[in-house]
Amino acid sequence: MTDAYIFDAVRTPRGKGKPDGSLHEITPVALAAQVLEAIRDRNEIDSAEIEDVAFGCVSPVGEQGAVITRTAIMNAGYSNTTSGIQVNRFCASGLEASNIAAAKVMSGECDLAIGGGVESMSRVPMGSDGGAWPTDPASAFKNYFVPQGVSADLIATKYGFTRDDLDAYSVESHKRAKQAWDEGRFKKSIIPVKDVLGLTALDYDETIRPDTNMQSLGALNPAFSMMGENFGFDSVAQQKYPELETINHLHHAGNSSGIVDGAGALLIGNKDTGERLGLKPRARIRSMASIGSEPTIMLTGPEFAAKKALKRAGMDINDIDIYELNEAFAAVVLRFMQALDIDHGQINVNGGAIAMGHPLGATGAMILGTMVDELERADKETSLVTLCIGGGMGTATIIERV
Amino acid sequence: MSYKNFSTQIDADGIVLATIDVPDQTMNVITPDFITELVQFADEFNSNDDMKGLVWASGKSNGFMAGADLTMMSGISGEVTKESVETAMSLSKAFRKFETGGHTARQIAREGKKAKPVAAAIEGLALGGGLEIALASHYRVVADSPAVKLGLPEVLVGLLPGGGGTQRTMRLLGLQNAAVMCTQGKNLDAKKAKAQGLVNEVVEAGTTIEAAKAWVKANPKTLAPWDVRGFKIPGGSGAMNPKSVQFHMAANAMAMEQTKGNYPAVQAIMSCFYEGSILPMDKALEIEVKYFVKLLSGDVSKNMIRTLFINKGAAEKGAQRPKSVPKIDIKKVGVLGAGLMGSGIAHVTAKAGMEVISLDRSMEDAQKSIAYSKKILDKSVKRGRMTQDKADAFLARITPTDDYNMLKDVDLIIEAVFERPDVKADVIKKTEAVIGKNIVFASNTSTLPIGGLAKNSSRPEQFIGMHFFSPVEKMPLLEIIPHEGTGDLALAAAFDYNKKIRKTPIVVKDVRGFFTNQVFPPYVNEASLMVTEGVSMALIENCAALLGLPIGPLAVSDDTTLKLGYDIMTSTQEEMGDKYVPSGTEDFMTNMVTKWNRAGRRFGAGFYDYDENGKRLDLWKGMSDHYPLLDEQPDPEIVKERLLYALLAPTARTFAEGVVPDPQSADLGAIFGLGFPPYTGGPLSYIDTIGMEAYIEISDRLAQRHGARFSPPVKFREMAKAGKTLYS
Repeated sequence: MTDAYIFDAVRTPRGKGKPDGSLHEITPVALAAQVLEAIRDRNEIDSAEIEDVAFGCVSPVGEQGAVITRTAIMNAGYSNTTSGIQVNRFCASGLEASNIAAAKVMSGECDLAIGGGVESMSRVPMGSDGGAWPTDPASAFKNYFVPQGVSADLIATKYGFTRDDLDAYSVESHKRAKQAWDEGRFKKSIIPVKDVLGLTALDYDETIRPDTNMQSLGALNPAFSMMGENFGFDSVAQQKYPELETINHLHHAGNSSGIVDGAGALLIGNKDTGERLGLKPRARIRSMASIGSEPTIMLTGPEFAAKKALKRAGMDINDIDIYELNEAFAAVVLRFMQALDIDHGQINVNGGAIAMGHPLGATGAMILGTMVDELERADKETSLVTLCIGGGMGTATIIERV
Repeated sequence: MSYKNFSTQIDADGIVLATIDVPDQTMNVITPDFITELVQFADEFNSNDDMKGLVWASGKSNGFMAGADLTMMSGISGEVTKESVETAMSLSKAFRKFETGGHTARQIAREGKKAKPVAAAIEGLALGGGLEIALASHYRVVADSPAVKLGLPEVLVGLLPGGGGTQRTMRLLGLQNAAVMCTQGKNLDAKKAKAQGLVNEVVEAGTTIEAAKAWVKANPKTLAPWDVRGFKIPGGSGAMNPKSVQFHMAANAMAMEQTKGNYPAVQAIMSCFYEGSILPMDKALEIEVKYFVKLLSGDVSKNMIRTLFINKGAAEKGAQRPKSVPKIDIKKVGVLGAGLMGSGIAHVTAKAGMEVISLDRSMEDAQKSIAYSKKILDKSVKRGRMTQDKADAFLARITPTDDYNMLKDVDLIIEAVFERPDVKADVIKKTEAVIGKNIVFASNTSTLPIGGLAKNSSRPEQFIGMHFFSPVEKMPLLEIIPHEGTGDLALAAAFDYNKKIRKTPIVVKDVRGFFTNQVFPPYVNEASLMVTEGVSMALIENCAALLGLPIGPLAVSDDTTLKLGYDIMTSTQEEMGDKYVPSGTEDFMTNMVTKWNRAGRRFGAGFYDYDENGKRLDLWKGMSDHYPLLDEQPDPEIVKERLLYALLAPTARTFAEGVVPDPQSADLGAIFGLGFPPYTGGPLSYIDTIGMEAYIEISDRLAQRHGARFSPPVKFREMAKAGKTLYS
């Protein structure tokens, strides 16, 4: 099989996903188009060389509907020959889209492709696409549906994490994100977002709060206790996990991922095409994996996805230098570290979604790009990137520096 | 045409008054014959040009119409075929014909066709199918009368309203209120029904037909709101509407919290809402019927109908009452003892309108029954459920006294004094010296054999046991215990009294523990044994909840107190000596009660911790210091099975021993006395449902693993061999 290489990675900064967020005025198509323009222009390639673009998007309705990828391709002024697909693997959509782009290269379908993702959570709110899973009784009853926040609290309860554990992790996320910005670690990939006049709307991750500390987080109320206790979801979780006396509601706005807007993209192709176009291969895709696991606890999938990706790469835990796991909720990362015995110093070294936010469809592509940069900066060889996913899924990708 | 189930009169305006009077039924119910005639009438009405409009009314004084005849439903076989679905759909289709005038959705939308007006005039209760007739009418007029009760109670017997009930309530009331109505089965009164939009008009009692006719006359052509273009379900609906998405998400979870997935009707109703809200009416109605047929052909509805409707009704009507004794009119009851049980008995007696003489050793003690009732009544008044006048009148029916002469003219004695033979003997003598010769003496006891107590009576044939459950005003079961010498008069009196206080009665043999108290201890013992084996207490409690028990075995042990279990255990040990069969929990109980100060809720600690007000807190963390948790906890299914069979085994044994006369009594006793999951129809219904062979196989496996207490009775093995079932 052909090897797939990552030649470049770009992302927008992440804007607070509320009406007062700096990217609220930017349409999701514009966000996606701006990263597509940037990756084309800074690599000085003819867009006709880019055969296919896969973009993740989790609420593909309204202005994110109708295959937003193709609309963005057209608006970015790409060649008519570039096709586009919109991918939804919930929170791992951006990584899955990159994996699809890589798979197209590996299989020989494409020589050069783009993987990425976009989500304007401020404009198309989470859950806008409805869905049968939680609403249709035929599925909700059968599958013991609970919202993700309750799943995260279930993980914390089942695996014994305290509120202090979660908060301490979150303080560190902000600290690392701040340090990463201060040291310019994201500089290579950040594309400032422009407004309709071409003026910069945002050029930094908007939700980092460097002064976050245990006291400030301690003041926050649990976010999912009402949902769990008043609307029956704790009972549903306990019906699936009857060994638990209660569900401890420990997650809150400060130790969960932030709601933000943003987009990201990676240029992926085979070696020959890179050489022909003068592109420098920066990382090689070693393996990719997606799994499904128990859907009520929902967010422990990364453990299994990581193991599968390692197995497919013929590697073990010790062969990975740094890990990147999306900080959907603090307990997700703590459980992953516990399950695979990973030191905090080895994972999410530049902070994560608790500090910088989680633009659902884009995050996977953003953190894969972050790892491409980080391997080079820290002079490391291998990285495993993974995300927890709705419905108990997990997706992982292992890359190595070239 | 003329019909047997309803008469039709056409007035000068051409308005048909259809008066429903189903023959050979005390109350109007939907029978197969009614459906046949309704189908014919729908066609006649739509095609006969002399008929300009229609008003439905009732020819019975006790209400408009109750639901379908459940006795008939219980006879429907489980086989589902295209034809059986078609038959099941005929009622819903007939309703729809009245609603649309027989026109298709296309004719209505494209050709502007309309229906002749149909209105319902409701003077009393309209339940289930009865309410569905009204909902399928274009206009509903109800009387401003407390007799008006509108509801869809099908869910209570494991079914759903299959005549358009889910679809029309949803389209009239919106998802939220329709869900409450259909999944809880509660009734609405006239005022609430109007406020929610279920009915169009509330008028003075006796004038509903007049008002209905007036509306029909004023609206010669009409349509249901949902047949008019642009109709939207109030409050929004569908899989893309944020409001309804939130509703469905939360409602599904709340339904699961309530049902633990054990009641398929609740899920089916939610599916009717979800799927039906996305579909046009005709398709939605078909889906509803399909879910109805699915429920009707399932075990849960069959078991629920049989136990909770047919057998419960029969027991309450006095199926076991001796027919030879004429009805005894009990107006005044002497209740001896004003403790917790005596006060509760006094309360339910006064509630049923009877006079109560509440006697205790001193006036001060006797007053406790007044205080007991006052507390309950004050709450009712405070919550607006009762007027102060009514509460005062209620209390005035209870006369506290310490004077036996006050018992002179009572119609029945119920004794609930301290559970000691000498105390009871003394009370029996003193009472019999005063009361009339034909007066029946009932003893409320949970531990003492009735035959033994009857030895103190000069009229043992008039002596009987009545085992009430605590709290009396809430617990629905009454065990009636004739001893060997009890005569028909006493048994009849017990039934006639029960009919007034409206408990579910079962007749039980005079043996230690009667029925329920033989079944309950093995169950809570099994939970204790699991604790000593290192099974997580949370797992035990949650598995009981998953089975559908209202409270976990450890919580209920705390509530009845471990001290009580311990006392019964030690007194049984003393009494039986060498013959005592250990339960395996002796050391555990002794430790909990005498060493670790965890004697139960009343003592401040048990399996759970409690705060100073007795509020239940967490499970006791210290338990694992004494009984370390198993590293590998058992699968929840295994814990559930063990708990369930800990209830089934003693039920099977007592039934085989003849403690209860029939499976009906065992099932009613277990559900209403012990909280056995109602969806099963009771323990013996459950055994019949899984099959006797399966029951024996699982019991033998459990007996091998955990002990002979799980072994099925010989009688059951014989039945399995002979291919017999418990219910015939």
